[in-house]
Amino acid sequence: MSASSLRFSSITKKIWMALLGIFLLIFLVVHLSINLCLLRSDPRWFNDAAYFMGTNYVVKTFEVVLFAGFILHMALGIILQVQNWMSRPVRYAVNNKTTTPFLSKYMIWTGGIIFIFLVIHLMNFYAIKLGWVEGPRFESGEPNFYQRAIDLFSQPAYSLLYILLFIVLGFHLNHAFQAAFQSLGLNFTKYTKCIERFGVAYSIVVPLGFIIIPIYFLLIR
Amino acid sequence: MNLTLKIWRQKDAKSKGKFVTYTLNEISPNCSFLEMLDILNENLIGKNEEPVVFDHDCREGICGMCSLYINGRPHGPDDAVTACQLHMRKFKDGDTITVEPWRAKPFPVIKDLMVDRTAFDRIIQEGGYISVNTGGAMEANHILVPKPAAELSMDAAACIGCGACVAACKNASAMLFVSAKVSQFALLPQGRPEAKERVMKMVKTMDELGFGNCTNTYACEAECPKSISRSNIARMNLEFICANTSW
Repeated sequence: MSASSLRFSSITKKIWMALLGIFLLIFLVVHLSINLCLLRSDPRWFNDAAYFMGTNYVVKTFEVVLFAGFILHMALGIILQVQNWMSRPVRYAVNNKTTTPFLSKYMIWTGGIIFIFLVIHLMNFYAIKLGWVEGPRFESGEPNFYQRAIDLFSQPAYSLLYILLFIVLGFHLNHAFQAAFQSLGLNFTKYTKCIERFGVAYSIVVPLGFIIIPIYFLLIR
Repeated sequence: MNLTLKIWRQKDAKSKGKFVTYTLNEISPNCSFLEMLDILNENLIGKNEEPVVFDHDCREGICGMCSLYINGRPHGPDDAVTACQLHMRKFKDGDTITVEPWRAKPFPVIKDLMVDRTAFDRIIQEGGYISVNTGGAMEANHILVPKPAAELSMDAAACIGCGACVAACKNASAMLFVSAKVSQFALLPQGRPEAKERVMKMVKTMDELGFGNCTNTYACEAECPKSISRSNIARMNLEFICANTSW
C-alpha cells in the first residue's frame, strides 16, 4: 500500500510539483546570472558562459534533468487541473466571492503562457545549437548566442513580448514559492512569514533582473 | 426587510434542478437565515406548495449540518459563522439572495439544497479514531501532553465537518477537513501509534471519493466557520511524506 499511495495520491503529485518547482526556481537564478552578462559591453562574458553551459558535462547532465523537470512539472499541472475540473461537474450559478490570493486561481493559465514563451525561447536559442534553425555563428561553427540575443532585443516587438512574459512569470512565482513550501509540509509559525516575504521578493527581483536586459538594449544601447 | 430569493429546487438526485424565485416581505433583520427559510416554507405550505428542503440541526453553529451556498459564499456573507448563525441584518432591504447547494462530485444533491455528505463519514471511518483497550479509566495525567500541542489539537478538533471548505475550494478539495482530522490525532501522543496508517488511509479514501487536489488557494481557510488553519494541510502533507518514507 505504501508504494502505490506514494505514487498516485493527490499529495504525492503536489509534492512532486513542489520539488520540481523549487528546482526550476534555482535554475532561474542560474539562467539570470548568465543573462546579466549581456549587460557587459564585452560579448566574451556571455559567450563564454553560454559555451560553458553548452559543453560542461555536469551542466549537460543537468540539462536532461531540467528538460525532464519542466515536462513533469507541466504534465502534473495539467493532470491536477483536469482532475480538479472533474471534481465539480455542476458549477455554481453565482461566481465564488471568497477572498483568496488573486494569482493563486490562475496558475494553470500563467503556466500555459510561460510554456508558450518557453517554446519560442528554445526555438530562438536551443534550436540553433541543435542545428534546427539558422542563426549567427562564429567562424569555428559555434553558435554566437550574444549576437542572437542582440538581434532579438533590437526588435521592440520581441522585447515587449519578453517583458510581458516575465511579468506573467512573476505572477506565477508569486504564488508558487510559498505554495511549494506548503505542499512540502513546511508551514511553521516561526518561518512561514519569512518564506512568504522571501517568495514575494523573489517573484519581483528575478523577473525584474530579466526585464532590465531588453530595457537596456532598447533605451540605453 | 423585503427580499427576493432565488433558490435551487431539485426534486431528487436524478432530476434536473432549476432556480425558482420567491419574494418574502417584512422579514426581521434579527432573524437568522434559517429562520427566514422557515418563514418561506410556512408560506409555501400555506399555498399547498412543496417546502424547500435544507439541512439543519442544532442551529447553534456546532453540528455542521447547514450547507447553503449563499450569494457566492459557503454559509453566506459573514465570516467564521455557519448559515444558522448568519443574521438577515447582513443583507440589505430589497436584496436578491441566491441560494445553492454545495457543489462537488462527492456531495451529490439529494433534494433542493440538501446534499449527501456521506463521503466525509467514509473518510472518518478510515482513520478518524484511535484504538484503545476498554476497561477502567486511565489516570488523566498518565500521558503528559505539551500545552502548545494540546491547543493546536483542540483547534483542529473544532472542525464540524460541514463541508464549507469543499464548497469554497475552486477544486472541490477536502484537504482542510481531512487535515484537521489527521492533525487532531497526530499532535497528541495517543494518536501517534496509528498516525502513519491513518494519514495514508484517509488520503487514499479522499482521493477515491473524487475530491479535487489542493492548489493552495486557501479559500477553505477563508470560509471555514471554525477558522481551521491551513497549517493543518501542511502538517498532513508532512505526515504523509514521513509515513511514506519511514519503515
